[in-house]
Amino acid sequence: MTDGSASPETWPRPARWVEALGRVTLYLVESLGRFGGFLGETVALVFIPPLKLSRLAGRVYFIGFKSLTIVILTGAFTGMALGLQVFLTLQRVGSEAFVGPAVGIALVRELGPVLTAVFVTGLAGSALTAELGIMRITEQIDALMVMALNPMRYLVVPAILAGIISFPLLTAIFDVTGIYGGYLVAVILLGLSPGTYFGQMHAFADMTDVMVGFWKSLCFGALVPWVCTYKGFHCGHGAEGVSRATTEAVVLSCVLILVFNYFLGTVLP
Amino acid sequence: MIQVQGLRKSFGRQPVLQGVNLDVATGEVMIVIGRSGGGKSVLLKHLLGLLRPDAGAVLVDGTDITKLRGAALEAVRRRYGVVFQGGALFDSMSVFDNVAFPLREKTTLGAGDIAQRVEEKLAQVGLVDMGHKNPAEISGGMRKRVAIARALVTEPEIVFFDEPTTGLDPILVNTIHRLIQDLHRKFRFTAVMVSHEIPEIFEIADRVAMLHEGAIIETGDARSIQNSANPIVQQFIHGAVEGANHAA
Repeated sequence: MTDGSASPETWPRPARWVEALGRVTLYLVESLGRFGGFLGETVALVFIPPLKLSRLAGRVYFIGFKSLTIVILTGAFTGMALGLQVFLTLQRVGSEAFVGPAVGIALVRELGPVLTAVFVTGLAGSALTAELGIMRITEQIDALMVMALNPMRYLVVPAILAGIISFPLLTAIFDVTGIYGGYLVAVILLGLSPGTYFGQMHAFADMTDVMVGFWKSLCFGALVPWVCTYKGFHCGHGAEGVSRATTEAVVLSCVLILVFNYFLGTVLP
Repeated sequence: MIQVQGLRKSFGRQPVLQGVNLDVATGEVMIVIGRSGGGKSVLLKHLLGLLRPDAGAVLVDGTDITKLRGAALEAVRRRYGVVFQGGALFDSMSVFDNVAFPLREKTTLGAGDIAQRVEEKLAQVGLVDMGHKNPAEISGGMRKRVAIARALVTEPEIVFFDEPTTGLDPILVNTIHRLIQDLHRKFRFTAVMVSHEIPEIFEIADRVAMLHEGAIIETGDARSIQNSANPIVQQFIHGAVEGANHAA
């Protein structure tokens, strides 16, 4: 029999395995609870005034405007690569007329929201985690708390709202530049008629496709800042803690973007 | 008045506070001394409501703040000013904006009044015409003074100082201590300071408490602490390597 008061190191090996499993399970459940509670508190603060509008504008600039160049650049090259591969593939079966709809639908439904979210995670999300992490380890978050100010209201709510505003707009810009990137390759370089490219796109892609992309980008717009601010807010000690939190934020955000993309794809029409 | 009663806190299996009892009278300067890693900052975080104890209470004018949350805790914190060890200045703001921040967020003062009070506080800590600078552009001593100005700008009843002179040269240590002493004489706030600047703190302390191995082992005025018969206190204030308290 195991003595209940003895330390776990003295327990038999099977009992230690059970104890370790229990400890990991408790840690996971506790972390999930904290993660959910963090979002719950943020949502509640959105509806409890005052909303920090100047901070929100600053975050829209930080997440949205500062990501514009990378989104335009990656959108254009994604569309160009897509246009090239789809053209070469469809040419084999004589269906190159469908390059337009293939590029358009792929970008608007899948690649636009997913790649935009991934790039913005790498650019703005990681910076958000590092910024909050440094604020945590230099006691700036504690300073806000002892000033009787809620740091969630100052640091988290504006970031999540800015994500919800910025991600759909950035996704729309990614889609448009991607479609014109595909146009550049398929029409200008490979000789497809412009009327065919846009005409077939108009015939096969409709508002439903646009809305699927919109809902996905809206979801990712909340998800990425949620994960990144949570990780920054709860980072460990010192430079290593900030570095680990930033890596975890980017990895977790990217994994969740892909997981949610699949499930949203099955739910949305 | 602040009363700490039987405060206990462990991190994992590591006990840090093991039944701290401490009374701080209104208007006095109480300085908590003790070895590095002895739990002084953890004690301070309990007084600020940033940590919750495993057991015990922190009473501020009779209200146990360890039981408070949300608006009730914020109401107590409105009476606080805090100078953090590293200053905890917001690095995205200028010196002026750092000092103005609590006024902008917690009061209904107009921009002109805020500017006047900020300039006044910066002048009191000897930082005239430094408001436009970024915290990264000023020295460590200046950052401490900005932190003191920010802590005092709302004219709090209770001010906490977490090692406000750590890492400064002896002249700056005395400058900061004299500044705190002058400001205390002027504004009569209750001050709780965590420090191990021996013997400089004896000049400004009304009372000193020694925290050792998670408990307060001696409390008294500067003279009684200096003349204490407790070998651990004597070893600490004389910085002796050999003694009752073994060096880590």
